[in-house]
Amino acid sequence: MKETKKTYWKGLEQLSNDPEFVKNADREFPELPSTLSEDGNASRRDFLKLMGFSLAAASLAACEAPVRKAIPYVNKPVDINPSIPNYYASTFASGGNYASIVVKTREGRPIKIDGNELSPINKGKVNAIVEASVLSLYDKERLTGPYLGGQKTDWSSLDAEVKSKLAAAGSVKVVANTILSPTTEKALQQFSDAFGAEVIMYDPLSNYGIAKASETYYGQAVVPSYFFDKAKTIVSFGADFLGSWISPIEFAGQYAKTRKISKENPVMSRHFQFESNLSLTGANADYRTPIKASQSGLAVLALYNMIASKAGASTVSAPAVEVAHLEKAANELWANRGASLVVSGSNDPNVQTVVHAINELLGNNGSTVDFGSPVNFRKGNDAEMNQFVTDLNAGRIGAVVFYNCNPVYDHPRGAEIAEGIGKARFSVATNMTMDETSSLVQAIAPDHHYLESWNDFEPKPGHFSLSQPTISPLFDTRQAQDSFLVWAGDNTSYYDFLQQSWESSLFTQIETGGEFQEFWDQSLYNGVLAIERESAVVSPVGDVAAAASAVARTYSADNSGAELVVYTKVAIGNGTFANNPWLQETPDPISKATWDNYLTVSQKWATENGVAMVEENTRKATINVNGKQLTVPVLIQPGQAEGTFGLALGYGRTKAGRVGNGVGVNAYELLDASAGFVNFDITSGVTVEVTADTYKIARTQTHQTFMGRENVIQEATLAEYKQDASAGRYKPEIYKEGEFVKPSKISLWKGHQYSQHHWGLAIDMNSCIGCSACSVACQVENNVAVVGKQEVLNRREMAWIRIDRYYSSDAAADDLDGLEKASENPEVTFQPMMCQQCNNAPCETVCPVAATTHSSEGLNQMTYNRCIGTRYCANNCPYKVRRFNWFKYHDNSQFAGVNVAQNDDLGKMVLNPDVTVRARGVMEKCSMCVQRIQAGKLEAKREKRKVKDGDINVACAVACPTDALVFGDMNDPESRISKLLKIEENTTSALKEVNEERAYHVLEEINVSPNVWYFTKIRNKDKNEA
Amino acid sequence: MQVTSSVRQPLVTGGKTYHDVTHDVSRQVEGKPSLAWFLAFLTAAGVLALGAIALVATLWEGIGMWGLNKTIGWAWDITNFVWWVGIGHAGTLISAVLLLFRQKWRTSINRAAEAMTIFAVICAAMFPVIHMGRPWIGAYWALPLPNTFGSLWVNFNSPLLWDVFAISTYFSVSLVFWYIGLIPDFATIRDRATGLRKTIYGALSFGWDGAAKTWMRYESVSLILAGLATPLVLSVHTIVSFDFATSVIPGWHTTIFPPYFVAGAIFSGFAMVLTLMIITRKVFKLEDYITMGHIELMNIVIIITGSIVGIAYITEFFIAWYSGVEAEQYAFINRATGPYWWAYWSMMTCNVISPQLFWIKKIRTSIVATFILSLVVNIGMWFERFVIIVTSLHRDFLPSSWAMFYPTWADVGVYMFTFGLFFTLFFLFAKFFPVINMAEVKSVLKSSSEKAAK
Repeated sequence: MKETKKTYWKGLEQLSNDPEFVKNADREFPELPSTLSEDGNASRRDFLKLMGFSLAAASLAACEAPVRKAIPYVNKPVDINPSIPNYYASTFASGGNYASIVVKTREGRPIKIDGNELSPINKGKVNAIVEASVLSLYDKERLTGPYLGGQKTDWSSLDAEVKSKLAAAGSVKVVANTILSPTTEKALQQFSDAFGAEVIMYDPLSNYGIAKASETYYGQAVVPSYFFDKAKTIVSFGADFLGSWISPIEFAGQYAKTRKISKENPVMSRHFQFESNLSLTGANADYRTPIKASQSGLAVLALYNMIASKAGASTVSAPAVEVAHLEKAANELWANRGASLVVSGSNDPNVQTVVHAINELLGNNGSTVDFGSPVNFRKGNDAEMNQFVTDLNAGRIGAVVFYNCNPVYDHPRGAEIAEGIGKARFSVATNMTMDETSSLVQAIAPDHHYLESWNDFEPKPGHFSLSQPTISPLFDTRQAQDSFLVWAGDNTSYYDFLQQSWESSLFTQIETGGEFQEFWDQSLYNGVLAIERESAVVSPVGDVAAAASAVARTYSADNSGAELVVYTKVAIGNGTFANNPWLQETPDPISKATWDNYLTVSQKWATENGVAMVEENTRKATINVNGKQLTVPVLIQPGQAEGTFGLALGYGRTKAGRVGNGVGVNAYELLDASAGFVNFDITSGVTVEVTADTYKIARTQTHQTFMGRENVIQEATLAEYKQDASAGRYKPEIYKEGEFVKPSKISLWKGHQYSQHHWGLAIDMNSCIGCSACSVACQVENNVAVVGKQEVLNRREMAWIRIDRYYSSDAAADDLDGLEKASENPEVTFQPMMCQQCNNAPCETVCPVAATTHSSEGLNQMTYNRCIGTRYCANNCPYKVRRFNWFKYHDNSQFAGVNVAQNDDLGKMVLNPDVTVRARGVMEKCSMCVQRIQAGKLEAKREKRKVKDGDINVACAVACPTDALVFGDMNDPESRISKLLKIEENTTSALKEVNEERAYHVLEEINVSPNVWYFTKIRNKDKNEA
Repeated sequence: MQVTSSVRQPLVTGGKTYHDVTHDVSRQVEGKPSLAWFLAFLTAAGVLALGAIALVATLWEGIGMWGLNKTIGWAWDITNFVWWVGIGHAGTLISAVLLLFRQKWRTSINRAAEAMTIFAVICAAMFPVIHMGRPWIGAYWALPLPNTFGSLWVNFNSPLLWDVFAISTYFSVSLVFWYIGLIPDFATIRDRATGLRKTIYGALSFGWDGAAKTWMRYESVSLILAGLATPLVLSVHTIVSFDFATSVIPGWHTTIFPPYFVAGAIFSGFAMVLTLMIITRKVFKLEDYITMGHIELMNIVIIITGSIVGIAYITEFFIAWYSGVEAEQYAFINRATGPYWWAYWSMMTCNVISPQLFWIKKIRTSIVATFILSLVVNIGMWFERFVIIVTSLHRDFLPSSWAMFYPTWADVGVYMFTFGLFFTLFFLFAKFFPVINMAEVKSVLKSSSEKAAK
């Protein structure tokens, strides 16, 4: 603006410096009698004048709209700046899932969870369940205060009642899932001391078999640490270590390290999987053999014998079993001894003993399997829990305390527990919601949500992490540890208790010295603390022979009966978070089904039984397991071992809440705990019968194969890749004036120039395992609406990033009907698909109102305000990544039951204030987290520097446990993405010359010129074979 | 001017005089509506009211009321749009192009055909508005209006915007053309009428005085408007076809679309004219004006245009094969053999095979056969648009997104609404406006009626 020297006067009086004016100049209302108090002679008239003015002023002020919901701070809290996020290190731990996290809060509300990069375990990564857990904080069905006998009460009367009842109860049992927290254990110890209580731990996803086997074989009942990153050959017998087995985030990260290859380092692990259901892990295997669950023990024995004969150890007698690729696996394991790994998902201690013995023979103990530094994720003891249920039903238990666990739902003998609770004289639960268990107890002392709590965790010996409140408690709840301390008669708050515990134990173990407060603050800031612990060498003390003969007895090579293999999905997990709609709507990575569990059946069985799935339509079947009967829909699953059926846990909740109730069936009921461990493989007494009832399974993808389209999926084997780094690449060429040229050489467009940044995304299909952490992260970050089962059936899910899952087909390239059918045991490819941010975007040209436009940094932008909703852009999108708001999903009672984050006041607290909630009738799509890009640029600008690589990252890439997505500035030659793609330097053109041979554009031939690059999928196979 | 050979069939049969023409046409306007008319009108209005429920539900709840999904963003909405626009082609073609080519036989049918055009275009123009997610702002944001949003302008690259111009131009020219033609006839009715009717028709006839100079001006304006309207007949459907032709979707991205769409539009337009004319001549007893000769001529146009679209369908397949483009080849194989094979073969049967029956003179000159086939052609043309839009979208590039489209009650209801609207307007027109252009028919009477010639 031009500087102006003009002066404006209030009147001639000011110009002439009239003394009367000067005197009154500072008064707002100079004409009002201001001499009221000066001479004390105010006239009646003056008084009336003043009163009239005050009255008018007061009534004007009163007209202001009353403040109803937003209350400004009178004194601004130190750390809270409007629109500036704060990050707090904390920890997620539930039912054996563990992640050290960083919580993003805005204006005091936790809104997003990322991994803590300082954590040596999850290394800054999370999975779908951890990502989504922030929504459960704002669940309006959480208990808002303590309950006694079904009535709301206050804490003091609850405490009095609990104390007196527990003291009189006699035998007191505390039932819990794995407790990772040493200080919680201390608090529980105090409680136990006060009431003579015993703590019983069980895990819904039990790995008791491993601990039991370790006890037999190594003399220590531990679950070892596994190091998949050190393994060149990985053999898994049904262990879904990328999806649900023990510590999937950690294992996925390790595994991905062995799957990342480059021309300079064309080395990757080889992964054999022998399993019944097609698991996420099996989908990533190089060699996958479908086997029956009844054969798995024998397959492990056969492998043992092969390895033993190579090692010169004595073999064991075992029935012969024909398993493809087993011999090959044995040879390679032996060739890579010391750098190989055998794991089994079985919970049978005998099988696990043999697996331990195989790893021992291979010299893997101490390298890829470490018994010296075991993990604490699964401390559940099936035998003790079994005994507890028996005792409870026999009325031998005086009082039972359920510490944040729900065994009525998630224990195989849940129905017996439900019956037995009444037989105990007193029962208490600390569960946050009125779930299947807490609704049956006499007193509920609801715990805080973990984002409201203090706690510590020790996932592995010497690895500690802390959790801290990121919001003050929303309801009148109390941290369970506080409850235990209070009931034990200790009035120390758990926060003090925790600090004291750290001061007395951990602080003394570190040698830094200094003040405890400093140590505490630093630990809290980091969220994690590592203390060197000596890793003891553990040698076998037991023998494999007994276990081997037990395995040979229990398993059979030729079971003709049906078998049920109960598995866990990556999003729903053990069912604790079934009331979380984000997780319910996350498609299963393999079946792509949402909002349901179902019986997975083989293609052959389906044909024999006349079941065909057309789109989402299927039939229901009755499954009968030793007298227990369930009716479930059938889903035809390529890769399902013949004669076996799969059914997922985590569904069939009856008291999860309005979102989770009645979704699917409860498979825990079918499990068998009679053998002393919870058996997830039911190999006898199973019958399946198809009924006439039809059913619809809501799947986000109904076409299963990629129809042999090389412009979509490009893949090669490792051997081919070693010979030619561009193996498997499809390079379309287009005829132009006498020569064939790349499609990018012909264009009607002038092309964009990006003088500043040019954002891009590189996606490695080799390390993408399909786990869906990215899609939940995107949902949280970008306020993506949940639409519910019916709308998913209508094919209207709103996900901005989806993971396309393709099966291979046996058909010839020109057999179009054949190509629609997946192989019996298909190869699986995962392809994350989001807006490709095309430089020649087909959507941009067709919008009549220019609501979608190109940015100067290569982004395809969507202006919701301008969108009139013709959907032309979505039709013209070759990648079909645009999502339309068919209905009003927010503040609409029709969607209140599923889209809880946009419908009730509490749920809305989770919304990201940086991202608009979209209105009905507008188009939306991946924005490449433009709000994060903007924030990063502003931050750099404020610090007067350029944006550095790593300042900005998109939500999907941050969450990805395998680092398969790399985001960055393709104009910056130093950025990771530029180096990954080997971009030729010094170009601001939209068209980057990429020298990485594996990098390709999906649908290159239509030259829409995406800014998202894919890296070919490389399978470590000897030749192309299924 | 017109010399009719004695071997030719007269254009107007029954030996009508000028007075007969005036009387036959005007009595429909002047008399009390017949029971048949009442029943037909009430049926149309009932369909309109029922359809309005679906329309209101869609506007109230959102586009989610229809069967569309993430893969198929257009289905019945744009199918209906293109279908109605296509029907709207015949009127202008008959009155403008045939006027320029001095085809006198058009005079008996051009009025009703033009009315049909206007009503069809009204029905068509509804869909681009109601198919929007936010029609309350889209209805005017799609227009290049000066605004207070800054330098915010429409996107002139978008074929949807071209549609806005094409349809609005076509509609306004057709409306003016139609109305100008009505003026002398309104004057005729005015001259016969008394009281309120005289006032109304007097106003409608804009003070027509029947002077030679007025007639001369009338003729010139008609010629000029015909000249203006003729390129529009070709341009409207060409531009509508650009919606598809300029996209990247296999099955849409086809350069053959403009001529193929125009031929298809004339094809369906003539079929619709036949459907309506056969009913009108029967109900209003106008067999002497709309003769078998007219019907036969229109049937010949249907054979020709039907054959053109047939060739276009085959050419698409040839080009898909010849291009070597995998996605394109799949799109066409999927049309014929995929999940929507029945739609494709309905289209082929109705549009390509059935019009060939008109080669047989007996069928060509049979009222019943013509009526049935005219309906068949319109069904076929609806399927043509459905096939192009839905089967191309439902399986495009990435198999992961392949999906099916199933219409909902609201899809059907909104289509019904346009039917109700169309027929309500048409019946109102048939009752209150002269359905046959009296002035122009009189001009061909001399050459075709012996009584008049005397």
